[in-house]
Amino acid sequence: MVEAKGVDFAFGAGARAIYRGLDLVVPRGKVTVILGPSGCGKSTFLSLVGGRLRPGRGEVLFDGAPIPPPGSARLFAMRRSMGMLFQSSALLTDLSVFDNVAFPLREQTKLPEELIRIVVLLKLEMVGLRGARGLMPAELSGGMQRRVALARAIALDPELVMYDEPFVGLDPISMGVIVKLIRELNDALGLTSIVVTHDVSEGRAIADYLYLLGDGRVIGHGRPADMADSDLPQVKQFMGGLPDGPVAFHYPADALGDDLGAGGRGGAAAARAAETVRFAP
Amino acid sequence: MKLIAALGAWAIAFVARLGASFLFLLRALAGAGRALPRFSLVVEQLYAIGVLTLLIILVSGLFVGMVLGLQGYYQLVNFSAESSLGLVVALFLVRELGPVLSALLFAGRAGSALTAEIGLMKATDQLAAMEMMAVDPFARVIGPRFVAGLIAMPLLAALLSAVGVLGGYLIGHGQFGVDPGVYWSSMQNGVDLVDDVLNGIIKSVVFGFVITWVALFEGYAAPPTSEGVSRATTRTVVASSLAVLGGDYILTALMFGGL
Repeated sequence: MVEAKGVDFAFGAGARAIYRGLDLVVPRGKVTVILGPSGCGKSTFLSLVGGRLRPGRGEVLFDGAPIPPPGSARLFAMRRSMGMLFQSSALLTDLSVFDNVAFPLREQTKLPEELIRIVVLLKLEMVGLRGARGLMPAELSGGMQRRVALARAIALDPELVMYDEPFVGLDPISMGVIVKLIRELNDALGLTSIVVTHDVSEGRAIADYLYLLGDGRVIGHGRPADMADSDLPQVKQFMGGLPDGPVAFHYPADALGDDLGAGGRGGAAAARAAETVRFAP
Repeated sequence: MKLIAALGAWAIAFVARLGASFLFLLRALAGAGRALPRFSLVVEQLYAIGVLTLLIILVSGLFVGMVLGLQGYYQLVNFSAESSLGLVVALFLVRELGPVLSALLFAGRAGSALTAEIGLMKATDQLAAMEMMAVDPFARVIGPRFVAGLIAMPLLAALLSAVGVLGGYLIGHGQFGVDPGVYWSSMQNGVDLVDDVLNGIIKSVVFGFVITWVALFEGYAAPPTSEGVSRATTRTVVASSLAVLGGDYILTALMFGGL
């Protein structure tokens, strides 16, 4: 359904490359989880699929058509088949829960208000928040905000739903609710889901297929069980949550002794100080 | 050498930002065109931008008019010309103080609010979410605010002038006993509809355009952090106030200087 072919991407010329030859396939009807450490470009992938960014080289395909297509009208038409749940929920703060879910329906369809009401209430019922329709976003907990955003993301019955870090900052109950909703909505509505997260256990729990990103490309992929047994050191480090390994604990730097001035006056003291704080996990 | 390099880098960044702001203006104007058929969106913004700015405009107008009345009377009475008080107060307000003062207040009250609102909408992904819902933020968010700014600013300037003239009358007649008929008729005879009133309106339209443009652009271009939004809000007030004062000189020279 979504395919990345040899994608290179950087935020501006000369900036650090986010992707160097990213190849990735998201199968239709499945929950595909993209794992990776913070800052590895997981969310950037969703922006590429949504056509908010353009790959430097290579292409991203949605249903076989390149994203973004030429012309903003076609891009907007493509986006009508997509829903996206942002990490911040991104609810419109001046609208109530009901109006937030109704927003895409009012903007994109010419449905009469009675029908919009029915659709909105059904979507809110799916996420268990029909009773909260009169509240404002500021009156909701983080987990509830995310569920409202989810109801809004599926308001137009998209084919693809993208979740950007849906588990961040949630208490265990809200987390369980979101995990359950992603799985159930995917299966019940026949969606295709892409979940971007650095949360290994939740990611594994809902994934039909996992991709692990690092160094601007896919460093491991497979079904959750296969990934857990992988012998690749990078995959092992991430799946096991090990602090040191191929992804180094230390940001590249000169030797600590040199930095503390071990070569100059007071060098012996600096060298001793460097010894005492030497630390490797 | 470093100084030249820094100067060059600043110049490049300045030109790039200027270019970005013009591209933004084109998209905002297109968005404004698409917002017009959905006028209820504009009305909502007219309330936020215009009605909520009314209080500060009216109070300021009243006091400025009263001060003009005092100062005008003290000077005019030396030449036994206090009968011209109405004319002096009206000309000051309609030609200069009405448009300029209301523009400065508008930049401080409505401009900063616009920047903070758009900046925070961007920082909390609300604009990105709209894009992902296939809704163009320029048509839904930026456009209506632009139109509302253009409509609100001349109205606010006119109100400030009107209340100011009343303030001058309160002082002139109430405190110094200037004859009401003389106060109003001097104004009626001396204030020209085209030269004074229309030029004042043109000024306030131009100021409304510039302030709304600066405020919306600064919000839209603000880095999505609390520091970024706060700096953008400050820049809006500083840049649009300077633009208003500089622009006022140019407009005055063009309109009244025979350039």
